[in-house]
Amino acid sequence: MEEKLLQPDPPWILGNKSLAQVTRDVCAPLERRGSLLWWGAFLVSFSLLLLGIAAVTYQMFTGIGTWGLNRTVGWAFDITNFVFWIGIGHAGTLISAILFLFRQKWRNSINRSAEAMTIFAVICAGLFPVIHMGRAWLFYWIIPYPNERGSLWINFRSPLIWDFFAIFTYFLISLVFWYIGLVPDLATLRDRTRPGLYRRFLGFFSLGWNGSGRTWYRYEILYLLLAGLATPLVVSVHSVVSTDFAASLLPGWHTTLFPPYFVTGAIFSGLAMVLTLMLIARKTMHLEDYITPRHVGAMTKLVLATGSLVGLAYLTEVFTALYSGNTFEHANLVNRIGGPLAWGYWLMVACNVLVPQLFWFSRIRANLGLVFLLSILINVGMWFERFIIIVTSLERDFLPSSWADYAPTSIEIATLLGSFGLFLTCFLLFCRFLPMIAIAEVKGILVRRPEEAKP
Amino acid sequence: MIQTFFATFEREEDLLQAAEKARQQGLLVRDIYSPYPVHGTDRALGLRRSRLPRAAFVFGALGLALAFWFQFWVSAIDWPINVGGRPWNSLPAFVPVAFEMMVLCSGLGLALTWLVVCRLYPGKAPAQPLTGVTDDRFVLEVSSGEPGASATGADFEGIRRLFQDCNACAVEERGY
Repeated sequence: MEEKLLQPDPPWILGNKSLAQVTRDVCAPLERRGSLLWWGAFLVSFSLLLLGIAAVTYQMFTGIGTWGLNRTVGWAFDITNFVFWIGIGHAGTLISAILFLFRQKWRNSINRSAEAMTIFAVICAGLFPVIHMGRAWLFYWIIPYPNERGSLWINFRSPLIWDFFAIFTYFLISLVFWYIGLVPDLATLRDRTRPGLYRRFLGFFSLGWNGSGRTWYRYEILYLLLAGLATPLVVSVHSVVSTDFAASLLPGWHTTLFPPYFVTGAIFSGLAMVLTLMLIARKTMHLEDYITPRHVGAMTKLVLATGSLVGLAYLTEVFTALYSGNTFEHANLVNRIGGPLAWGYWLMVACNVLVPQLFWFSRIRANLGLVFLLSILINVGMWFERFIIIVTSLERDFLPSSWADYAPTSIEIATLLGSFGLFLTCFLLFCRFLPMIAIAEVKGILVRRPEEAKP
Repeated sequence: MIQTFFATFEREEDLLQAAEKARQQGLLVRDIYSPYPVHGTDRALGLRRSRLPRAAFVFGALGLALAFWFQFWVSAIDWPINVGGRPWNSLPAFVPVAFEMMVLCSGLGLALTWLVVCRLYPGKAPAQPLTGVTDDRFVLEVSSGEPGASATGADFEGIRRLFQDCNACAVEERGY
């Protein structure tokens, strides 16, 4: 037992790599032709994307009446998808910014792809409110610009406007953060790519990077500051998203628990999505030495922690509803756990509360196939969480005469599938054209400095 | 005549040691090139503390102030609208947007400042191209004969010996 405790942890990067080997390994998938598996995945994702485009085009021309919404349930599928996708993005920022501030070295193997995931997820999320506007071509009305309507301004007291500013800022800052991290690696690729179109593209975007110490010194400070800015930003974004609900007066929505509840839920769901993507990527891109079982173990522990927090939030919701003594809160709770969508509520509890508890066992954490399956279950559970929050509060409101049920139409389902198509298409293209692993950052943790060798 | 020497190393420790020795010899350490950030770069190059954090603060403060002022002007002065009986200047409701604008201005302003300070821009051809520095080589650039440096008649042989003692795998001289 004692011997086992004294065993040093395996290094984060396996195989005793040299610096040049890291460059070769990470660049290899970009330099060979796409595998059959990649093309297969790309074709499936791209078909889903086309399906989504067709569905969105149809509903743009016909109108939002193609959805299953009614006068009672005015928000359902697309706001669920919006909150789901924006939540997925949050894990990318957690890994790239928050774990960077905590000096967690294991993040260096996965931060690049997690950040890319954030950007694509935010793009998917941003599409849904635009589609929901009905007249998407008037989207720019949400921007406060001097206009011909007497300069009628937007209402800055509305959480929906806050939301727009939060998502917009989140997208731009994530993009800058990702791109700044990419610059040294683009230069690495540039210096080993044959002249041609791709090399010109790399030359343009690598900003003339030459590895100068002066630039590196300032780069590190810039990176640290951006991480410091992104950390409160990511907390603010989902808090603001939660005010879309919490600032209303509906039972089940009107609660002060929402901001922390949404933020932990977001990070939880995003971590599950990172796990899903990483486990696929390490196999298909042959990155087993870089994304090791130890990385997966660290991620599953974070999933366990955030999943337990989500479970605590569910319990708090129940407690608050009972303790408030408010009839409507009480009725909402009864409807949630025993109403027409009770199956969804219990599915959500099973996937988000019970499934992550399995990660207490090291046997399960080490079984990567099982971790993959469980991560998908969590993704499903977190999608249902948003669906349940939104629909159960709306379908049974204050007046029984206006109660209604909701079921999605094929158009709504096609739009959801289309957003997965967009997300996966973007991610697969990213895997083929940009280094999936932060080369420079991994090189930085290869060297075992003497002060770190001590236990 | 300014002579510049480029010494190539395989390990960052050798590079730092060589930089230290070169400085003791009175050579001017002009820059180091590496595939990842080397700890102690600022000391080796004698860089002063970066002022980027101040830029971040100034841009952030500007964004915050502008966002608060604009929301106040829109909601209380230009076209006041009664929303749920809230006061015209409903300051707490303006906090989220002001916060987001602060982060946005700070982040974008900071990134642009960095580009300007490092003289990087899209499409720039890399200055001083050296083979391998973006892959696995560490290069030290030192010069002699400049007003600040005291070494006289820098002899290439002496400098090469100095660097080879620190495990340099190549030493090259380039004139300016």
